[in-house]
Amino acid sequence: MPSRLKASLMRIAQAIPVVVGVVIISFLLTRALPGDPAVYFAGASADEASIAEVRESLGLDKPLIQQFFLYTGDLLQGNLGNSLSSGQPVLTDLAKRLPASLELTLTALILSCAIAIPLGVLAATRPGSMIDHICRVLVTAGVSLPTFFTGIVLIYVFYYLLGWAPSPLGRLDFIYISPDQVTGFYLIEAALAGDFEPWLGAVKQLILPATTLALFTLAPLARMTRAAMLTALGSDFIRTARAAGLSDGKILYGYAFRNAILPVITTLGMVFSFSLGANVLVEKVFAWPGIGSYAVEALVVSDYAAVQGFVLAMALLFVALNLVIDLAYTLIDPRIGFDAR
Amino acid sequence: MLTIKDLAVSFQARRGQVDAVKGITFDLGKGETLGIVGESGSGKSVTSYALMRILDAGGKIKAGDVTYSGVDLRNATESEMKDIRGSEISMIFQNPRAALNPIRKVGHQIEDVLRRHAKATNQNARQKAIEALKAVKIRDPEQRYEAYPFELSGGMCQRIVIAIALACDPRLLIADEPTTGLDITTQKSVMDLVSDLIRDRGMSAILITHDLGLAAQYCDRIIVMKDGKIVEAGDPLSLFHNPQHPYTRKLVDATPREGETIRSLLPEDMRVPLLPHKIEDEPLLQVINLTKTYQGKTGPVHAVKGISFDVKKGQSVGLVGESGCGKSTTSEMLVRLLDPTKGEILFNGESISDIPAQKFGKSALRRDIQMVFQDATDSLNPRHTARQTIADPLQRLGGLSGVALGARIEELATLVGLPHSLLDRFPHQLSGGQKARVGIARAVALEPKFLILDEPTAALDVSIQAIVLNLLADLRAKLGISYLFVSHDLHVVRLLCDHVIVMRGGQIVEQGPADDVMTNPKDPYTKELLSAAPKPPLRRVVTQP
Amino acid sequence: MTQSTPQTSTVARQGMLDHLVYVLRGNPVTLIAFVMFALILVAAVFGPSLVPYDPLASDSDHVLEAPSLQHWFGTDNLGRDVFSRVVVATRLDLTISVAAVALSFVIGSVLGAIAGYWGGVLDAMLNRILDTIMAFPLFVLAMGIVAALGNTIENIIYATAIINIPFYARLVRAEVNIRRDAGFVRAAKLSGNSDIRILATHIFPNTLPPMMVQVSLNLGWAILNAAGLSFIGLGVRPPTPEWGILVAEGANYIVSGEWWLALFPGLWLMIAVFTFNLLGDGLRDIVDPRKRT
Repeated sequence: MPSRLKASLMRIAQAIPVVVGVVIISFLLTRALPGDPAVYFAGASADEASIAEVRESLGLDKPLIQQFFLYTGDLLQGNLGNSLSSGQPVLTDLAKRLPASLELTLTALILSCAIAIPLGVLAATRPGSMIDHICRVLVTAGVSLPTFFTGIVLIYVFYYLLGWAPSPLGRLDFIYISPDQVTGFYLIEAALAGDFEPWLGAVKQLILPATTLALFTLAPLARMTRAAMLTALGSDFIRTARAAGLSDGKILYGYAFRNAILPVITTLGMVFSFSLGANVLVEKVFAWPGIGSYAVEALVVSDYAAVQGFVLAMALLFVALNLVIDLAYTLIDPRIGFDAR
Repeated sequence: MLTIKDLAVSFQARRGQVDAVKGITFDLGKGETLGIVGESGSGKSVTSYALMRILDAGGKIKAGDVTYSGVDLRNATESEMKDIRGSEISMIFQNPRAALNPIRKVGHQIEDVLRRHAKATNQNARQKAIEALKAVKIRDPEQRYEAYPFELSGGMCQRIVIAIALACDPRLLIADEPTTGLDITTQKSVMDLVSDLIRDRGMSAILITHDLGLAAQYCDRIIVMKDGKIVEAGDPLSLFHNPQHPYTRKLVDATPREGETIRSLLPEDMRVPLLPHKIEDEPLLQVINLTKTYQGKTGPVHAVKGISFDVKKGQSVGLVGESGCGKSTTSEMLVRLLDPTKGEILFNGESISDIPAQKFGKSALRRDIQMVFQDATDSLNPRHTARQTIADPLQRLGGLSGVALGARIEELATLVGLPHSLLDRFPHQLSGGQKARVGIARAVALEPKFLILDEPTAALDVSIQAIVLNLLADLRAKLGISYLFVSHDLHVVRLLCDHVIVMRGGQIVEQGPADDVMTNPKDPYTKELLSAAPKPPLRRVVTQP
Repeated sequence: MTQSTPQTSTVARQGMLDHLVYVLRGNPVTLIAFVMFALILVAAVFGPSLVPYDPLASDSDHVLEAPSLQHWFGTDNLGRDVFSRVVVATRLDLTISVAAVALSFVIGSVLGAIAGYWGGVLDAMLNRILDTIMAFPLFVLAMGIVAALGNTIENIIYATAIINIPFYARLVRAEVNIRRDAGFVRAAKLSGNSDIRILATHIFPNTLPPMMVQVSLNLGWAILNAAGLSFIGLGVRPPTPEWGILVAEGANYIVSGEWWLALFPGLWLMIAVFTFNLLGDGLRDIVDPRKRT
């Protein structure tokens, strides 16, 4: 459908000003450092001369607009500066650690969708039943859970008390050799290599942090699914379908669920935002070597280039995810691309 | 064919049980069309949902029997009911666009029903669906098969709903307010289609409607319901000529028909003589070549294409047309909420179209030009009491406060027949008729010279409509206001107006004295509008008050 | 609102009180939420003078003791009383979240109302800015802001306010936009009200019910956010008692089995957030005249 294609291209075009906005904000953040940014970037042991050198190399002696273009130029070349603590370019550090974060976030998200959507549907189809009450308690309690606290409780129960979980340190116990770094996803690498033991080891390490994160994202998804399903089931076209004698399965899945899934997909964007943020906390609790714990470590030693690089990377990742979600939406909803949107 | 005996339906509400239907009994013969008529809340729709067993959650059949061709529908299993729905008994609904799945092609929606009742196989489903579309006289059925509901007009959507309902050749069709919200000419074509199909297929039908006139035209027999009970049943002619129950009499009286006056809409004991209103020769409002063009996405949209007319002092002018004809845009421009693209509006000879709508609130003429809005609920601030609502123009434009303000509010409440005890209520605590009165009190608070009535009775039940129309007629005589009555209903307009303007596609197609236009229309469109309106039986003995 | 005679305003106030009682009686969950909210307020206002120990005083004789009658929530690695620290922290956490939400409520409402009512270029500009803020994962943006502006409590408040503004601005914009052409707004224009007056007295009060739900959810979210930031070492600095820091300090002892250090502040934090989340529906019912009978 050409109108559908046009809508998709429009959506991609809309991402451009957002990316520009993100770059502007992150530029402002780098330049908003209290005092003299050059002092920070030069490091703790810098003397006057090296600070001046850094100032010049960062272009801090030039007007703000010119600084912005220098900054953008650096970004286009993938130059996010060097990390003080690791001495490596920030981009290299982030690239090395990103797969760990993605593996955790995506596992958590799949887990929470797999629970939240059926739960929401069940609750909506049986209002007032036990499962509806469970859903409502979970939803209200779920958004009240501080992720870092849930993680600690899970560690206490499953590691300290029950001894079921391995020690909450990193992605893989040191007895295993890390799988080859191609995709960086341990589960995929180990499965491809056919190494069952390291795969199981990686799964065991992943379960608790992924559950922590999933518990947090469960609530908004289940709430939206339940509400959207209730709205869909209460609409006139469901009454038409019932009056036509269509089967329960057809009404529930063919008619109600397909309409209800649209607002749920829209919510996914918000859920991603929450889970990328919560990711930082979970990584710290479980010493997960992703970009979140990288940023936290950098914060402790005032390694600002690393922190700003992290913020920018997260924002670009989130913009990309939102784009994917919206494009998926465009494919599912026939009304998109029609003029009277 | 269908027998309903002592049917009672109740709903579980937050504050206990609500009885929606309280023991009703009727039957329906083969090939018969039965009308169920009642005002909102009478239980007429609930009755039909109950016999289809598709009541909303919390609703339940409390007592009674429903028998269809020997099958006990009340005690049938859910799977037996599923086989009956859509193949033996079908239903069509009001608001057809919402009644279709918004993200499924209409052809597939028809196929779903055909497959469910084994009337089509995977091979011939498409072809059968297209046949069903042909049966409801849809042009280009092959193309329409691929359409989504949002791509079709309201009348077209209703035809699709009918196609779904009739796809499996049911023997009973229940139509629940099938034409509410559709334009009058669309209403006629949909109703004619339905009645032709019913006749050709020898089906029985139940037509549920609030419009006694519509039921009289299409039904063999009519049941009148009020508060969950049947108050009267009979054939249309005897119901109109000799209504037995006082409620039926009230409904029959309130139904606008040819040869009636505005007072004869009211129950007999309320028909006090109408005070005359004086029309002067001088024009109060002159509209000259008024034009409005919007910038749409796909190019300019010509909402109003250069119209001219006059409203004389004391005159009531009706502005009639179907949705999209430009009548609302015109009234927005006249009341100075919207700036015209071209043309002039003269008020007492003075141009008011030069003052931008933004600034008109400061003009001394603001208090002379007021409006009564279409939807009384929408036009009252939900957070303001009736008193605050009426006070608003008095404070802002009238400069009243304190004791004088309170006295004027109560005077206005008396004028529009609103009990003073209701003044401190919020809109949600008032009935539809009471809300309409509050809206009218606000509009006449500053004794305007010119009042635009934008379909003030469209959302009201007929009996309330009768009262509101009479109130407006009395106010006109007492306060000497000129009206511009905007409506889609020629018969209602005729009752109140001296002069009628008919609009279509942003242009005036005909205008003239009300009686001339009604009895001797010149334009084919006016003729179409007149013939599309339902024709209830006329009053047998015309009693002129 | 409109000037009313003294009598009617007394009647209105009486009605408001009756309405409050009616809402609370009709919904036990709301009642529980209000009681818990009152307790949290008491802890915030009087906490420091009610607690049994000085929250900063260490005691080397009682280090890492499990909960007992003397120390209800146990003691930490310096022998400080965990209960006192948790209760005293209420004031700080509540101040941060209330201040942040108040800021974002005011700024967001004004921006959203202007954009929703007048539309056009202003609206397009506001949408661009909000889109950009929302393009960041919000907690990450807050991290970035605090890291850039400096590690202080004020900056935690500003950061939390900034990431909350889009929610209010969008909500108010949508609520104002659907009412812009409503009958009662056009009627108000005909009654001679200026645009500002229409916005302030006719449209904005009608947006309050959904706003109240948002406020209450956001208060909870703001607390979580502030606690999260201090958990990773931003904002509040030790030894100041704050829930996030208390949990962070306790986390180090969880693997050796000293559970009380992290559990009690975490639970307290959770209950506070839970209370705010429950409060939403009750607050909405109270500000919505349609719920009055």
